Amino acid sequence: MKYQSQKIALAYFAVAMALFAVQVLMGLLAGWIYVSPNFLSELLPFNIVRMLHSNALIVWLITGFFGAAYFLIPEESEREIHSPTLAYVQLAILVVGTLGAVLTYAFNLFEGNWLLGKEGREFLEQPKWVKAGIVVAALMFLYNVSMTVLKGKKTAITNILLLGLWGLALLFLFAFYNPANLSLDKMYWWYVVHLWVEGVWELIMASILAYLMLKLTGVDREVVEKWLYVIVAAALFSGILGTGHHYYWIGAPGYWQWIGSIFSSLEVIPFFAMMAFAFVMVWKGRRDHPNKAALLWSLGCATLAFFGAGVWGFLHTLHGVNYYTHGTQITAAHGHLAFFGAYVALNLAIFSYAMPILKGRDPYNQVMNMGSFWLMSGGMAFMTFVLTFAGTVQTHLQRVLGDYYMDVQDQLAVFYWMRFGAGVAVVIGALVFIYAMWVPRREVISTDATQPAE
Amino acid sequence: MSDASLIDELPGELLIWVLIVSELLVFGAGLVAFMGVRLTDPAGFAEAQSHLYRTGAALNTVVLISSGFLAAKALHWRQTDRRRPARLALIAAAALGVVFLVIKGAEYAGKAAQGIAWDTHPFFTFYYLLTGFHAAHVAAGVALLLLVAWRDAVPNIQASAQFWHMVDLVWVLLFPVIYLLG
Repeated sequence: MKYQSQKIALAYFAVAMALFAVQVLMGLLAGWIYVSPNFLSELLPFNIVRMLHSNALIVWLITGFFGAAYFLIPEESEREIHSPTLAYVQLAILVVGTLGAVLTYAFNLFEGNWLLGKEGREFLEQPKWVKAGIVVAALMFLYNVSMTVLKGKKTAITNILLLGLWGLALLFLFAFYNPANLSLDKMYWWYVVHLWVEGVWELIMASILAYLMLKLTGVDREVVEKWLYVIVAAALFSGILGTGHHYYWIGAPGYWQWIGSIFSSLEVIPFFAMMAFAFVMVWKGRRDHPNKAALLWSLGCATLAFFGAGVWGFLHTLHGVNYYTHGTQITAAHGHLAFFGAYVALNLAIFSYAMPILKGRDPYNQVMNMGSFWLMSGGMAFMTFVLTFAGTVQTHLQRVLGDYYMDVQDQLAVFYWMRFGAGVAVVIGALVFIYAMWVPRREVISTDATQPAE
Repeated sequence: MSDASLIDELPGELLIWVLIVSELLVFGAGLVAFMGVRLTDPAGFAEAQSHLYRTGAALNTVVLISSGFLAAKALHWRQTDRRRPARLALIAAAALGVVFLVIKGAEYAGKAAQGIAWDTHPFFTFYYLLTGFHAAHVAAGVALLLLVAWRDAVPNIQASAQFWHMVDLVWVLLFPVIYLLG
């Protein structure tokens, strides 16, 4: 670790991984409720479980991004973070806000109160005081990292990362605007949800991936930067108007069906470019970096993002297809592999790379870490296939034949059982990963080529 | 990029080429979708097409290609250090872009007067989407041409001329398919 303030990342990574554990456990619980629908229905209703599963995901991913920024910005801009104290205060605000939101949801505290009660808007249901806290924390963060970059060296990686993080914070402001008209409500709602994951988050993803490739493969910065700019251009070109693929059936004008179909089809391109980028860098790279686990997660991230976000996204993005598949398990299949591939694997890649450096030691527990990669990725791939089949059957029975929703759900039980099994694998993988990160042990594989393997 | 030789041979900025290819993909996909939907209702499409003002569109083709010629000449002149003719050519190219928009605007106004809107018929949905997106690019191109007439470094003129030729090219694709195809 070259800069002391990189240590801030450790606290962020700890919070992120704790929430990661909560997220996958809630996912497992939700998966169980699918096969046993009355489980905990009085104590913790399904909508709350589902909300915790998806919101914990978003919060831990963003916390991971913050940590990644605090880790890589000092190295890139060649100076310490402007104010470490501010960074810890920011984390404290985020933790308090998260706890406040969870307690408010779980016990439905202050129902109807404009400031303290939940807002009932899927994913953006945080009470207003939590939203305000998020904005304050985001401002502190942006001030802190922007000051660091402005005073230090500016690289393409930090420029793109900052652009992505500023976009992330600014787009969140639409969470405060909640028009009474349901169509307008959804339209602005997607400004946050879509323009995050299919817009500015892709910039964050590309820049962190570029940083990892730079460090792990030793390819020239100039080459990495050229790829980075092309990827970012392709992501913004397709992603912004690609928002139209959410406007097909919400009461927006019909021309969105063509705008959404055409632009969102092109969203495959940046994900393909990121995958090509990662592999070409590894082939061209001359460095044999000892952190094999971080490299595996980086390549896995680019590959699974291409399939999850790119291929599975395209699968149901054309409005003629989406007319039938909208809101079926096809969507769930895409959502799981896209988030896992693009953003979960990205975070786990930067954790795998940074943790040994933050702890001041050689890469450790790599075999265990790589085992967790295959367990999580295998489980997630299986879950995606199972849900895709479930969604295909559901689409046919429910949307083509016109059977009742709940009758169709009964027919899907076998898929839900298999999904639960896949979920168990993912949860075990996640726990193994967290253990591998926080309990350093002796390395099984020697990086010294003169030593025989043990 | 890795295969540097091929990429390096491209004139101008790599990102302009990325933009050009992306734009062609979008308009190409739009035209393919248009042709696909047209197959489902050839008579309706033919009837809708008969409301278009072909002479104006043909005139606009001449306007835009002349403008593209001027932009190309501007780059040539700037490269041979004739800054003043280059600037004038860029301004003239931008002015022709404005002429294109005026004719286009008259065409849209004529449609509106006939009570034709984007949702009158699927033909007009595509008509407005494709020509509307294109017109927006013409407007952006006019701004770009004027910008580089002011900041007239060679790479700037080259980039905006590339953009302007792309706008030309897209129009040359839209015009026969939307206006003429019988």
